[in-house]
Amino acid sequence: MATKASRSAARLMISPAVILLLGWMIVPLAMTLYFSFLRYNLLMPGMEEWTGLTNYRFFLTDPAFFDAIWNTLLLVGGVLLITVTGGILLALLLDQPIWGQGVVRILVIAPFFVMPTVSALVWKNMFMNPVNGIFAHIAKALGLQPYDFLSQAPLASIIWIVSWQWLPFATLILLTALQSLDSEQLEAAEMDGAPPLKRFWFIVLPHLARAITVVILIQTIFLLSVFAEILVTTNGGPGTASTNLTYLIYVQSLLQFDVGGGSAGGVVAIVLANIVAIFLMRMIGKNLDA
Amino acid sequence: MARAVTPRRKALTTAAAWTVGVLIFFPILWIVILSFKSEGDAIRTPIEVLTSAWTAESYATVQERSDYFKHFLNSVTISVGSTLLGLVIAIPAAWSMAFVPGRRTKDVLMWMLSTKMLPPVGVLVPFYLMFRDFGLLDTRSGLVFVLMMINLPIIIWMLYTYFKEIPAEILEAARMDGAGLREEILYVLTPMAVPGIASTVLLNIILAWNEAFWTLNLTAAKAAPLTAFIASYSSPEGLFYAKLSAASTMAIAPILIMGWFSQKQLVRGLTFGAVK
Repeated sequence: MATKASRSAARLMISPAVILLLGWMIVPLAMTLYFSFLRYNLLMPGMEEWTGLTNYRFFLTDPAFFDAIWNTLLLVGGVLLITVTGGILLALLLDQPIWGQGVVRILVIAPFFVMPTVSALVWKNMFMNPVNGIFAHIAKALGLQPYDFLSQAPLASIIWIVSWQWLPFATLILLTALQSLDSEQLEAAEMDGAPPLKRFWFIVLPHLARAITVVILIQTIFLLSVFAEILVTTNGGPGTASTNLTYLIYVQSLLQFDVGGGSAGGVVAIVLANIVAIFLMRMIGKNLDA
Repeated sequence: MARAVTPRRKALTTAAAWTVGVLIFFPILWIVILSFKSEGDAIRTPIEVLTSAWTAESYATVQERSDYFKHFLNSVTISVGSTLLGLVIAIPAAWSMAFVPGRRTKDVLMWMLSTKMLPPVGVLVPFYLMFRDFGLLDTRSGLVFVLMMINLPIIIWMLYTYFKEIPAEILEAARMDGAGLREEILYVLTPMAVPGIASTVLLNIILAWNEAFWTLNLTAAKAAPLTAFIASYSSPEGLFYAKLSAASTMAIAPILIMGWFSQKQLVRGLTFGAVK
């Protein structure tokens, strides 16, 4: 169907997008890579010099780096565990015949649309605050000592907040996948006397496998970059107890003005994200063929 | 799934689902309630809060003290601006990939998507420096551009999947009737694509509205959208529960409503068609 004219027109129409995205990708990446080999501090302008791999050596041997990597893994892993398990359970529940399904769905999805700074501050002040938070009020009513969540268990609290934001996403995707399950298959299994747990394990879960993978991969991409929630709740502290890789690089480059070190960290973050991205892209690519 | 269930079972699952739903929604409900309380009442125990007097004074105070409306307008400008700008670039690109696919179309699509996988913090420093050097720090136009670029792959991808669903024969018929490329896009394609374009716009406004990495790092007082404005409550000011609640309610209400209308598009847009 495509004529020569429409082919060249097509090429012309796609070029702005391609050029912009190409520039978007290459220019900052090249700059980050270049800066990462420089001794470059914004407080000492004009003193930039080539230092080879020094920034990487400093960054990778900094104890804060290991804390940050560990915290990043815990944060991503913890949120994934909570949201995927919770998402499966919730999707199964919402897939049942219930009264007011539409309204419940709306209630469950809502947290996803709350901006990160709001959800973090609401949890921090209205719920986790050791004096006036709801949890403190409940503890006092029960005669218990209020718990200072954000200073006693900063990372766990942040995992909780971020999970609240992402549970709707996992639920929504898994529910969508669940609704495409052929109910005849389940009914046949039911008639053959398969108990609910077996039906779930051998029919529902394999059917959801693909959607679960997609949820894990997409969330991982976003969770590696959690930033606002940390900035407004703990500032990465106490110490580095809740500093993830993204936050560490932010501190290094914009608070300590160490452009070189921050850039080296940026390169490390890009490499880590790419490992996840490769798997995700492969899955999406497969679907494009189908 | 239309399976026959006993009314008793339906009542039980309904109760369970509603309980979970309300629990998940509770933090949002709670800030709406607190926003209508006085500062002194807002920090009391939940029961005292519920039984205390209602007032809308916090809404007025937030506007008066911190010029809430300015930040609201910044959010609108940045999210709508970046989305519309993205559309202008994405519609032709998605059109050409959907209707004049070449051998490399799939690779181009995948490559565009891959740019989305770049962690923002990896390019924070260059952007910060470029923004500083071009005088774009704390400007709305700078953020419009950055957010447009961040969401461009999603916009193109969503439009592509919607355009793909339009049968090419209809466009061909229009061409047979002597429609030029311009007429074809303007009068044949666009009307059919409007629902898809609308969903794309909706989802991207939501994403841009809530974006909280670049908006926090590239703005200060002047161009700060609501994400950054709310972040300023992380200081002891956050202890003013009623005001924080009022500001938060106003910040999330418009997007919450839009979000509820775009549930289905959310799945499509955020999974890049991998889950339908």
